[in-house]
Amino acid sequence: MDEALIRGLTPTVLAILVRRGADFAAAEDAVQDALLEAVRTWPTDPPRDPKGWLVTVAWRRFLDTTRADSARRRREDQVEAEVEPGPATAVDDTLQLYFLCAHPSLTPSSAVALTLRAVGGLTTRQIAQAYLVPEATMAQRISRAKRTVSGVRLDQPGDVATVLRVLYLVFNEGYTGDLDLSAEAIRLTRQLAAVIDHPEVAGLLALMLLHHARRASRTAADGSLIPLSEQDRILWDTASIAEGVEILQAALARDRLGEFQAQAAIAALHADAQTAAETDWVQIVEWYDELLRLTDNPVVRLNRAVAVGEADGPQAGLAALETCDHTLPRHTAAAAYLHERAGNLTTAARLYAEAAHKAPNLPERAHLTRQAARLNATLNAAPKE
Amino acid sequence: MAKYLLLKHYRGAPTPVNDVPMEKWTPEEISAHIQYMRDFADRLEQTGEFVDGQALAPEGTWVRYDGEGRPPVTDGPFAETKDLIAGWMIIDVDSYERAVELAGELSAAPGAGGKPIHEWLELRPFYAVPPTVTE
Repeated sequence: MDEALIRGLTPTVLAILVRRGADFAAAEDAVQDALLEAVRTWPTDPPRDPKGWLVTVAWRRFLDTTRADSARRRREDQVEAEVEPGPATAVDDTLQLYFLCAHPSLTPSSAVALTLRAVGGLTTRQIAQAYLVPEATMAQRISRAKRTVSGVRLDQPGDVATVLRVLYLVFNEGYTGDLDLSAEAIRLTRQLAAVIDHPEVAGLLALMLLHHARRASRTAADGSLIPLSEQDRILWDTASIAEGVEILQAALARDRLGEFQAQAAIAALHADAQTAAETDWVQIVEWYDELLRLTDNPVVRLNRAVAVGEADGPQAGLAALETCDHTLPRHTAAAAYLHERAGNLTTAARLYAEAAHKAPNLPERAHLTRQAARLNATLNAAPKE
Repeated sequence: MAKYLLLKHYRGAPTPVNDVPMEKWTPEEISAHIQYMRDFADRLEQTGEFVDGQALAPEGTWVRYDGEGRPPVTDGPFAETKDLIAGWMIIDVDSYERAVELAGELSAAPGAGGKPIHEWLELRPFYAVPPTVTE
């Protein structure tokens, strides 16, 4: 059995059943049954058209189950009556599945789990391992999500923005074990980009490719963080960068700028610099201004202040930082960095230690603690006045 | 999606509002209390927010390294210690607000007279997995 083939086919078959009017949860059960049947019979009797075979078996299975349940008789009639006769493209089916899994009635974690399960074709165990929760917990989360969207009929187009947010959440979970969620998010976004023509889908795909291309340089062998300016640029995946830039340029040419395209433009400017010193910070600040116009997001404002510090000097950066929300987790870390560049080493050391205390994860805490220790060592070594 | 540790303390936390020691409750009140905790965990399993939970015995020992080739030093138990952890539960929820809501619910477990004990619970976030995007 070709596992990659199965993983690719499962969501398509599921999407076809859902589009034909099957309840989401019932459709998934039927597809699982069809897969079991495939495991049993394919090795000795391989079908010529695996997808057609799965659709036929799953649909028959779904009808059997529905019929067997007399309380559902009425719905069964409705379902059979509503089967569209003409052949529908697989393209629309997959798109509907994306919309269903990112339905606004789901919480973000449920939408993420359901998307990985239904669109990504991952097993519950794989998803549970990636999110470091027990398999039973993830199974409950997924079955609740299925219940929530069961009965949702997608007769109007779903919200692309919600789908993109869900995919970006998956991407940012990164690499936690056997399953590389960033790569998975890229695969799903690529698939989405193939079925929908939308500049922000392209923008998100470009952003993911550009960030992912630099992953190998971000952490040392011991897991400690390496800041962008110290990263070994030889490790960057130039093929992914080229692909990301090309997708981004095509999207920007359509003149419908969105949040993801602007973020990708910033990532592209970083990826474009041969050395940290050659980074075009002036243009990066301009893109942050565009981003602020689009989102007015406090985190964007903070990142912009750091970029201003690079473009116009640390004093300008500190002035920009003053206008940012001081309660943001990384505000103190940014202030420490800018103060160090401005030569206020005592203040910087104190702020680094404070930022370490507020860090949201261990590698970041370790990194900031080391920065504080490095400055304290310098200060102690300096002759006392 | 963030994980939080809910810590129950034998002592060390501020005094609960309904502060009658458990051995002075009626057996029915004790059963009701235990059932409440069990139902709470069951509900979290149903919502897909439960990760793990255990109760801890009050006896504990302090242990430390005592140099090369020597057995570790032990001390305790410290009956007079200020803080004792009675148990913990790990939850995986969508937001800090949800974590506070759940901790509040757990704190409402019934005690003497069937009234909520308003027990103080410590809520501690786990360090998250570092996100992919770091610059």
